[in-house]
Amino acid sequence: MDIFLQQIINGLVLGSIYALVALGYTMVYGILGLINFAHGEVVMIGALVSYSVMMVLVPSGLPPVLLALISVLVAAPVCMALAWAIERYAYRPLRHAPKLTPLISAIGVSILLQNLAMMIWGRGYHAFPDILPAIHFDIGGAQITLLQTVTIGLAAATMGILAWMIQRTSLGQAMRATAENPAIAELMGIPVNRIITLTFIIGAALAALAGLMVGANYSVAHYYMGFMLGLKAFTAAVLGGIGNITGAMLGGLLLGLIESLGAGYIEDLTGGILGSHYQDIFAFLVLIGVLVFRPGGLMGERVSERA
Amino acid sequence: MLDVRNLRLQYGGIQAVKGISFDVQCGEMVALIGANGAGKTSTLKALARMLPQATGRVQLNPPGEAAVDLMRLPAHELVAAGVALVPEGRGVFARQTVLENLKLGAFRVKDRMLVNERLENLLERLPRLKERATQLAGTLSGGEQQMLAIARALMSGPRLLLLDEPSMGLAPIMVERIFELIISARESGVSILLVEQNARLALKVSSRAYVLESGHITLSGNSAELLQDDRVRAAYLGDAIS
Repeated sequence: MDIFLQQIINGLVLGSIYALVALGYTMVYGILGLINFAHGEVVMIGALVSYSVMMVLVPSGLPPVLLALISVLVAAPVCMALAWAIERYAYRPLRHAPKLTPLISAIGVSILLQNLAMMIWGRGYHAFPDILPAIHFDIGGAQITLLQTVTIGLAAATMGILAWMIQRTSLGQAMRATAENPAIAELMGIPVNRIITLTFIIGAALAALAGLMVGANYSVAHYYMGFMLGLKAFTAAVLGGIGNITGAMLGGLLLGLIESLGAGYIEDLTGGILGSHYQDIFAFLVLIGVLVFRPGGLMGERVSERA
Repeated sequence: MLDVRNLRLQYGGIQAVKGISFDVQCGEMVALIGANGAGKTSTLKALARMLPQATGRVQLNPPGEAAVDLMRLPAHELVAAGVALVPEGRGVFARQTVLENLKLGAFRVKDRMLVNERLENLLERLPRLKERATQLAGTLSGGEQQMLAIARALMSGPRLLLLDEPSMGLAPIMVERIFELIISARESGVSILLVEQNARLALKVSSRAYVLESGHITLSGNSAELLQDDRVRAAYLGDAIS
């Protein structure tokens, strides 16, 4: 088996998920200049709601693909409603407060949601049922499962639609205008508050999809999963250049690849001192590296302009 | 067209506008002149509902239609009511193209045909913008940006255009072009409230004017007469009174 190619495939799967979550961070930052640290928790809620829906439906004998579809159709609206509520009650009242205040509010929401999830779903790890048959394809000495293929394809399609929506539709144009200058956007007749709400809601829909993908690919969902995933996706957004949509997609994929390759080779590189369970250090090395050497990220030149 | 009564505005402890009243008739261009800090920009921003703390009565009276109480509208509904503000410093979206900026001006116009018609009409009259239609607005010169900002406001098909310092920082040749555009808008029936520091220019193009001094209207009247008024000449036109 070709380890290099295999880790590339694994990295693309992981990276697709990071990218979907990173988009939620970057869109909100782009429009409000706020880092929505509760976004990881929205992914967690998405994963756990998906899990519960599937568990309820398993006895019905429906095909697993249909289960996954129904579960995401339930989880997405739940996450969207949650994001709406977070924006409305935790951030909007603080819109004109100093920047640190909404950040603290975000951390508060995050803790609240974790505890709420712990009360509902308990402290345990929840294993997802198999959604797709365990088929795999061989490419150049590596294997890619059907689930991985679908994950990458679905993430790519979703991101393609999002990019099209932002660049080509009037809603997307209104979002870009609001991100650039909300006061002037209002003069154009753009309902800025509604655009901000929509931005949160779109991010939450992507988060719900990402939650299902995490559950399906790594078959774990638990109340604390949003913390690490959120931090990594945030790192991906910073790597790509926070506020930049293309940057978030690129940053997500790159971070997934870095982590995956890092985990694959760390044992050899350190002569067996560090094992693949140290894979988390790569994301944070990347974060520190970007912040020190290129704080604007790969695609971003806008950070300095805002600061 | 516009009737303003007792407009007041307070920022923190400072009264920027201290209960002013004025009006703009249909199809008329009215100038609001005054020194820096007199409250001109604050007045326009208050009319455009960008400063929700403003108080007073502001009524839009389009001929043959019901009067609209502008103070009850949120900022984003103003353009739909027929009021467009071209803000101080132009406020173009630098990261969007010239064409996208123009289309945003007509964000609330649902009739696509009408939007395209206005777009073609404006681009026909403004070849500089037509040449640069696909460029990012941030790459335009200051004068071109001002032209774009006014054209963008015209895309909404306004009844009343509020202009904040359209000549600011521009070369004389550009100022001339900008004012040609403004005058042609008035000729096509748009009522205009013009805020200008360049009092001479403002008085030449407007039919009436109000002089704003530290939040009060101290003088008003026919622009041609104000041009000859000794107080105006001394304070705003830089003429020595002999």
